[in-house]
Amino acid sequence: MSLVNLFAQGVLLGGYYALLACGLSLMFGVMRIINLAHGDLAILAAFLVFSISDAFGLSPFLSLVAVLPIMAAVGWALQRGILERSLRSGMLVPLLATFGLSIALQNLLFEAYGADTRSLGDMIGDLVFDSYEVTSQFSVSYLAALIFALAAAVLGGLSLFLKYTSLGRAIRATAEDPDTAELVGINARAVYAVAAAIAVATVALAGTMLAMRATFDPYSGPMQLIFAFEAVVIGGIGSLWGTLIGGIVLGLAQSIGAAFDPKWFLLAGHLTFLVVLALRLFRDWARARGGLRSSLGLRG
Amino acid sequence: MSLLAVDRLDVRHGLLHAVREVSFAVDEGEIVALVGANGAGKSTLLRAIAGAHLPSGGGIAFDGADITSMRAYNRVAQGIALVPEGRRLFGGMSVEENLKAAMRVGRRGYWTLDKVMELFPMLSARRDALAGNLSGGERQAAAIGRALMTNPRLLLLDEVSLGLAPVVIEQLYRSMRNVLQGGATLILVEQELTRALSVATRVMCMLEGRIVLDGPAEAMSRDQIVDAYFGLHRAARGRA
Repeated sequence: MSLVNLFAQGVLLGGYYALLACGLSLMFGVMRIINLAHGDLAILAAFLVFSISDAFGLSPFLSLVAVLPIMAAVGWALQRGILERSLRSGMLVPLLATFGLSIALQNLLFEAYGADTRSLGDMIGDLVFDSYEVTSQFSVSYLAALIFALAAAVLGGLSLFLKYTSLGRAIRATAEDPDTAELVGINARAVYAVAAAIAVATVALAGTMLAMRATFDPYSGPMQLIFAFEAVVIGGIGSLWGTLIGGIVLGLAQSIGAAFDPKWFLLAGHLTFLVVLALRLFRDWARARGGLRSSLGLRG
Repeated sequence: MSLLAVDRLDVRHGLLHAVREVSFAVDEGEIVALVGANGAGKSTLLRAIAGAHLPSGGGIAFDGADITSMRAYNRVAQGIALVPEGRRLFGGMSVEENLKAAMRVGRRGYWTLDKVMELFPMLSARRDALAGNLSGGERQAAAIGRALMTNPRLLLLDEVSLGLAPVVIEQLYRSMRNVLQGGATLILVEQELTRALSVATRVMCMLEGRIVLDGPAEAMSRDQIVDAYFGLHRAARGRA
């Protein structure tokens, strides 16, 4: 039974990683930008939710409703103000721009909020520890289940949106070939800004969920970026459903690692990421040499 | 007033001066065949009219309004559509999605999804196929169909028959006559002179970035065009 419990916790944790990675995956898939400020934007959203809830005594869930459009606007402005300009100068410049943004955000948050570690856990009442007890050794936390459901809804909703709506088609067309998209009447720059707005709004969701289930401080962002990046790479770059799988694999690896020794929690995740990455590189290497067998010299 | 007026247009690709002080006007209903050797500047001229390349000098007016610095997607909204060289379909999307992507501009008119499928029966059979998996002829049909979905007043076709089997080219050109039902004015770049002359009402020939021959198709002899094509007329006048 504890094995079932272990798996269930791993999968639920994976839901959080998938939610976190969704925006990174979307921005990479559409604009070919790896947003190094991804984690810091999540933390920014967490602080915004914290501030609104603290000032008005609101539930963080209500504050989140107010923060979502704010963060969407941040994403839109980020694309229009910084990324669009930097994209014109090739691949490296957007990477550097978001790296700079990451450092700036961390230090601005430090200026504004200080070094204290905070959590939204004490603002959501019993939800933070309530769980559904299946057996004495297997229980499912309401919050973890809620986060997983949210991740599935966001990823599923985004997939449907991209597939079946006019704007979704425009985003996919622009992702494939922005110049040709313009030639069929799609305003590629506006589409990019919309995609960035959606991506950063999902980051805000993830940041708020992190702040409810754990603690955060102004420098928590980079670790979240690493988790998101690992989930995206494990799941296959640019695929939304792959991102869900990647998040789950990462969550499982960490939970299983931690079951052997709590110190292994992070290490098991990183190792899984490295193994998947190595396998991918090996597969590409083998493919370039006409398949696995011939590349290993097993075929005359 | 002419539909399209190009005034002393200069377009550069870096150091290459691809289009040099080109001026011409096209009236509504004309079918212009733009011919010339490889590298004469035909594609660049079409791309500049569509807004895919910004000119370094001169101006373009469409329906009386200056569009020289207008972005490509806005020109589509005004009624200019380009079928680019190499088709440039969205390979990860289905044929139907490719066509629908061009509906976002919201120009309603004669051409609808059904009308385009009717025009190219070979497409309706492959409606749900990924554009990346189509044959060359199907790709070209999809690319033309996608441009028609914006209900253009001016349709620019770049190298329609390039890389296609003669049978397929024949099919596409037969459909092309029906394209005119939508009321579009056409400028087509074509390597194959006979094909181009079979539909065109006017022939323009480019050489080294300039228009060297321009006139009604029926008034022009094949030799005249070939001479212009290779720049022989200049040699004849002793200016070479």
